[in-house]
Amino acid sequence: MEFLRPQTWAEALAAKAELPGAVPIQGGTDVMVEINFDVRRPPALLDLTRVAELARWSAEPDGRLRVGAGVPYARVISELADRLPGLAQAARTVGSPQIRNRGTVGGNLGAASPAGDSHPPLLACGAVIEVESAARGVRAVPAEEFYLGVKRNALEPDELIKAFVTPVAGGPQYFSKVGTRNAMVIAVCSFCVALHPAERRAGTGIGSAAPVPLRALAAEEFLAAELDWAGTAPLAPALLTRFGELVGAAAAPIDDVRGTAAYRRHALSVLARRTLTWAWNDHRKAAERCA
Amino acid sequence: MTGIDTRAAEGARSAQGIGQSAPRPDGVLKVTGEFAYSSDLWLDDMVWGATLRSPHPSALIRSIDVGPALAMPGVLAVLTHEDVPGDPFYGLERRHQPVLAVDRVRYQGEPVALVAADHPERARRAAAAIVVDYEVTEAVTDARRAAFDPACPRVHEEGNVLRHQPVRTGSVFEAPVVVSGEYEVGMQDQAFLGPESGLAVPAEDGGVDLYIATQWLHVDRDQIAPCLGLPAEKVRLTLAGVGGAFGAREDLSMQVHACMLALRTGRPVKIVYGREESFFGHVHRHPARMRYEHGATRDGRLVYVKAEILLDGGAYCSSSPAVVGNAASLGVGPYEVGNVAVDAYGVYTNNPPCGAMRGFGAVQACFAYESQMDLLAEACGLSPVEIRRRNAVSQGSHLITGQLIDAPAPLADMLTELESFPLPATTGTGSDLRDLPGGVSQTTRGEGVRRGVGYGVGIKNICFSEGFDDYSTARVRVEATPDGPHALVHTAAAEVGQGLVTVQAQIARTELAELGVEEVTLVPADTSVGSAGSSSASRQSYMTGGAVKTACEAVRERFRELAAGHPGLSPAELVERFGPLEETREYRHRPTRPMDPLTGQGDSHTQLALCVHRAVVDVDVELGLVKVVELAAVQDVGRVLNLLALEGQIHGGSAQGLGLALMEEVQVVDGRVRNPSFTDYLIPTILDMPPMRMSILENADPAAPYGLRGAGEPPTLSSTPAIAAAVRAATGRPLPRVPIRPQDIALP
Repeated sequence: MEFLRPQTWAEALAAKAELPGAVPIQGGTDVMVEINFDVRRPPALLDLTRVAELARWSAEPDGRLRVGAGVPYARVISELADRLPGLAQAARTVGSPQIRNRGTVGGNLGAASPAGDSHPPLLACGAVIEVESAARGVRAVPAEEFYLGVKRNALEPDELIKAFVTPVAGGPQYFSKVGTRNAMVIAVCSFCVALHPAERRAGTGIGSAAPVPLRALAAEEFLAAELDWAGTAPLAPALLTRFGELVGAAAAPIDDVRGTAAYRRHALSVLARRTLTWAWNDHRKAAERCA
Repeated sequence: MTGIDTRAAEGARSAQGIGQSAPRPDGVLKVTGEFAYSSDLWLDDMVWGATLRSPHPSALIRSIDVGPALAMPGVLAVLTHEDVPGDPFYGLERRHQPVLAVDRVRYQGEPVALVAADHPERARRAAAAIVVDYEVTEAVTDARRAAFDPACPRVHEEGNVLRHQPVRTGSVFEAPVVVSGEYEVGMQDQAFLGPESGLAVPAEDGGVDLYIATQWLHVDRDQIAPCLGLPAEKVRLTLAGVGGAFGAREDLSMQVHACMLALRTGRPVKIVYGREESFFGHVHRHPARMRYEHGATRDGRLVYVKAEILLDGGAYCSSSPAVVGNAASLGVGPYEVGNVAVDAYGVYTNNPPCGAMRGFGAVQACFAYESQMDLLAEACGLSPVEIRRRNAVSQGSHLITGQLIDAPAPLADMLTELESFPLPATTGTGSDLRDLPGGVSQTTRGEGVRRGVGYGVGIKNICFSEGFDDYSTARVRVEATPDGPHALVHTAAAEVGQGLVTVQAQIARTELAELGVEEVTLVPADTSVGSAGSSSASRQSYMTGGAVKTACEAVRERFRELAAGHPGLSPAELVERFGPLEETREYRHRPTRPMDPLTGQGDSHTQLALCVHRAVVDVDVELGLVKVVELAAVQDVGRVLNLLALEGQIHGGSAQGLGLALMEEVQVVDGRVRNPSFTDYLIPTILDMPPMRMSILENADPAAPYGLRGAGEPPTLSSTPAIAAAVRAATGRPLPRVPIRPQDIALP
């Protein structure tokens, strides 16, 4: 197995074009596990840790944030929690401190595991994934079009993930994840809700409960129709229950070693109710302060 | 030899005898990552072994073609059962486990062929290139069917029940209050961190030197030598750094394999299992299905207990018969009951082989009988503590086997003390997420969270039982050095992380104080000294501690004779003039008796140990997630030798019991392991294991060295039922199975 160490983004793209089978590696938290399990033996690993620009984040002219694929979870938590709270909460649930120092959102996207913790907040926030090839340049792929199947994403063989671009939170966001231990656990299922008060809608993301991470579209439509954005009343129990049901119904879970399909659906409903309650209560408080 | 760090323990730097929290000689090395484990063994000319394993739980082998593997570059040898030089079978209690599968495989992961190559990856690839033609046969995977259905295929010719041990006493099986239940314990793994590994070095005399992480060097040697066709003295074992054991290193794994490859290639051969292979390379805790019926008077005094305990031993015998014996003899727990009908069965299936794990048969029964005691408490309107106190054994009670408890066993007082501990504060909403079920995964901010409190009591036999000739050997030598008299302690006892090396040195410093000995060096454990027995059954402080104490006393006796004859000389001068003084002693505990095959009666145990736990949990009842808020324990250890190490044992045992209660399970479906990794076999983290409140009692056992009572296993028994009871109290669910899964609570 070759180990390629490009120093610049251009070199990285050139290497990927030359050897499309090369597997990019950042923290290695997914790649190395697969190699250890002998799931695959790629002809080469493409080490992107020396490409400095991947480890940076910045504000775009339109106010959105552009976060390099190599920014580790630990920095998402320490530097971006105020602007991307849902993603920061999700990052906090990843592995151990050592893994959060190494692992990256870019790696999560590259692995495209349905259980990846970054995916629900990226979906709920309306993030766009920036991918690039030497031959065709940059392409922007909306998160919900990025996940194609279990561990399959929209990358062409010669493309690399450069960054994701996401709006700064315009309202409360909450991420929740069920695992059978209280830390260092892979999601049995996970959920993120992001309120977008300016647009009078809420975004959602479901993880580990379908072949791909996905939005609960019917649940989002339901909230867009039912939420009283001008009001400051608590949410009616019936609304929360219905929202939970719609989120559970949006999932397509399976029985596996981590949990049963029935439990995943049930747990998603509970997570949906709770996270929406927290988000709405925050929103009410903010609205009351403004009033 | 060069290149191997045999890790002679450093001489102790401070004169700390028994009762002191002497620091571990290997402690700093381990926490700084410098300790040499067996997987770190290295010789410059060594080659690497790899094992081909069966993908099927049950199959006939039609043919094995090693040609493709032999043709690969760097491959030095490819071996099958035809290449086993001696006895093709080994085993702890029955020598029927093939070194390499002969004509059939009986479990997924059974070794079929071996490769030696100049690189570990080449060895693995060559193993994968071996072509085995299997004819898949019906796998027996249901233990109940294996035991009781005459139409069930036999895993071995002897039949599927490897041991049935009844216990019968009394004749009254009617009572005013009757509670019954069916319970299940999942397959737990020892989950040690250091995978199976070792280095076999061919010797000029035609023998082999094996550096190995194990629990009992001599019983390894006694199994390895016949398979190699060598006399025992030509198979020399030295203990390499052991990364945890918990029973999983009692059976052989790669020992014979590495030696075979070394003898064939003439090169040192190293084998190191990866984590996934490790799950297939050692036995697990027996899964159990149990039916219990307890009868009692209306005021909660036990009248009778009926129990059927079914233990799935998997494909080979391992130590299953002894596990069955423990489950039977300790099957009702530390309670006085005059009428008993217990039937414990160990059965063969095509599931992964099961054998020793901390608690050894007593763990499974403890979950069931303690669950029953809670049912009985409810039926009688008593508190969980009161029902246990009313039935508690004490010194002078008899076990259901008729054995008299002749040492202190103050269970009722232990329960009273446990109950008196203050309860932890209730978790408020909005507090640190890490204090809530689900932790930082942020599944609740208090919604659905209910608190529960539960109690558990366990009794464990210490040392080997049922008539086994259990002994340990120690050689102690005191010699003069420029710094004064210095002691060398040599035993074959395996330091597996429990702190035995520390305790041995403490004992030597205590017993040799009058010789002026402050510095003690432990000679590396190997087979050049007599057997120390196994680092199992919580027995090494008792047995090897006893042997070191006895050998030190013999040295001291000689010293006293010399001192009496030369009153003018100081201790240092005596040792310098007449030393070195060396004595070797074997230490035996009092004999035990077999269990009667029909009634189970007999004084089968050496020593009995008690631990009691109280668990406080917060449960998210909607999601089924659990946060153990506090574990409190009272344990009677007879005599504290090293408080720091002892507290570590109680913490660790309690954590392993917590794992069994809430998360640890090797999931086996149709004979196949579905989660052979630490990604999906979950063990508790620091955020799962709560702070502990402990009271350690010292009611001496007069039969034991220093009055001590083995301490490693008891906490593993009682923490599991205490946590299960607490989760039941929080949820109102019956929860008859551990580990308790979230869906068992949320979607019963």
